[in-house]
Amino acid sequence: MPQAQTYWTTLTAPLIRQNPVTLQILGICSALAVTTSLATALTMSVSLTAVLTLAAGLVSMIRRHIPDAIRLIVQIVIVASLVIVIDQILQAYFAEISRALSVYVGLITTNCLVLGRTETYARHHPPLPAMVDAFGNGLGYSLILIVIGGLRELFGKGQLFGAQVLPLAETGGWFTPLSLMLLAPSAFFLLGLLVWAVRGLHPEQVEQPEHTPPLQKVPAE
Amino acid sequence: MTGLWDIFVTAAFVDNMPLTLFLGLCTFLALSKRPEAAIGLGVAMTGVLGVTVPLNYLIYQGLLAPGAWAWMGLPELDLSYLALIAFIGVIAAAVQLLEMVLDRFFPKIHAAFGVFLPLLTVQCAILAGSLFMVERSYSFAESAAFGFGSGVGFAVAVAMLGAIRKRLSYAHLPEGLRGLGIAFILAGLMSLGFASFAQMAVAQ
Repeated sequence: MPQAQTYWTTLTAPLIRQNPVTLQILGICSALAVTTSLATALTMSVSLTAVLTLAAGLVSMIRRHIPDAIRLIVQIVIVASLVIVIDQILQAYFAEISRALSVYVGLITTNCLVLGRTETYARHHPPLPAMVDAFGNGLGYSLILIVIGGLRELFGKGQLFGAQVLPLAETGGWFTPLSLMLLAPSAFFLLGLLVWAVRGLHPEQVEQPEHTPPLQKVPAE
Repeated sequence: MTGLWDIFVTAAFVDNMPLTLFLGLCTFLALSKRPEAAIGLGVAMTGVLGVTVPLNYLIYQGLLAPGAWAWMGLPELDLSYLALIAFIGVIAAAVQLLEMVLDRFFPKIHAAFGVFLPLLTVQCAILAGSLFMVERSYSFAESAAFGFGSGVGFAVAVAMLGAIRKRLSYAHLPEGLRGLGIAFILAGLMSLGFASFAQMAVAQ
C-alpha cells in the first residue's frame, strides 16, 4: 500500500517535524493571540483546520483553470468566503466564544498558513493529497495552540476549559495564579521555549549561524 | 483634538500591533534579521495602514454598514458580513498602488523589498486595522489617527527588534534557540517593556 503510506506521511509530517508554526513561521499571530484559554484555542484550531482543508480542496480542484496572474486574488477570495461562513456559524451557535475571539476569526483570511499551503501545495497537487496535507498542517497548528492554550489557562487561572483544576489559594487551596501567564509576554516566552524544545528533538532544524562568533576565552586558572 | 492624540498614542504604544495584539508577527519575525529591511518594512506598513484604514471606513459606512442603503429605500439591508472581502480588495489595491509608486519613483527601495511587498496584502496587521476600526466604531478622523498610529507602532517595534537581532547574531547562543527561538524570547522581553506604556496610560 504505497499510496496509503504517502498519505500517512503527508498527514503526519506537519505534526512535529515540519510543524507550520515552529519551523515554517506561518500562522503565528493567531497562535499567540487566542491562547489565553483552552476553549478559544480549540475553537480557533477547529475553524482554521476546516477553512484550510476546504480551501486546499477547492483551490486544487480548479487549479488548472486559474490564470497565474490572478491566482493570489482567486485564492484570497475563496478563503475569505469560507471564513465568512465559519464566522457566521460561530456567531450563531457559539456567541460567547465568538466575542472572545473578536477579530481573530476574520483574520484567518490573512493567516499566512492558509495562503502558504494553498500556494505551495494545493496548487500543484490533486484534491485528495492537497486536503490531506492541509488537514495535517491544521492538526500541527492545533497541537501548538492546544499546548500553549492549556499551559496558559492552567497556570494563569488554575483552570482547564473553565473548570477549576488547581485549588486556588484564596479559596483554601495552595495554588496562586500567575496572572503574567495571561498577558502577552508569556505567550512569546512559551512559544520560544517550545521552538527550543522541538529543535532539541530535531537538531537538523537548527538554523545556521550568520556569523561565527569568536571562540570564548577560557578563563585563566 | 486630545481624543485623536490619545487614539494615536494608544495604537502606537499601548496596543502595539505585534507586541501586545500579536498581529503581523510572520513578517515581524521574518524581516527583522537586518535593521535596514526592518525599517523599510516599518515605513511601508505605516503608509499602507494610514491609507487603507480611513478608506475602508468610507467604504464600510457608505456601502456596507446596517442602514447604509436607507436613502435607496432599503433601511433593512445589512451587508456588513461582506466587510472582509471588501477590505481585502481595498488593501490589495493599495498595496499594488504602493508597489507601482515605489517602482516608478524609488526603484532602489522597490528592489530591496523584492517579493515581499505584494505579501503585505495578506498581512494580518493591516486587515486587523480595518476590522478593529469597525469593531470600535471610530469616526473618520479617529480611524485615520488609529491607522497611522498602528503603523508607527509597528515601525518602532520592528526597527528595535531588527537592531537587537543584528547584534545578537554575533553572540553565543544555545543551538536550538538560534534564529526563531531567540526572536520569540526577544519579542517577549520587548512586550514586557511595552507593557509599561499601559501603566503610563493608567497613571494619567
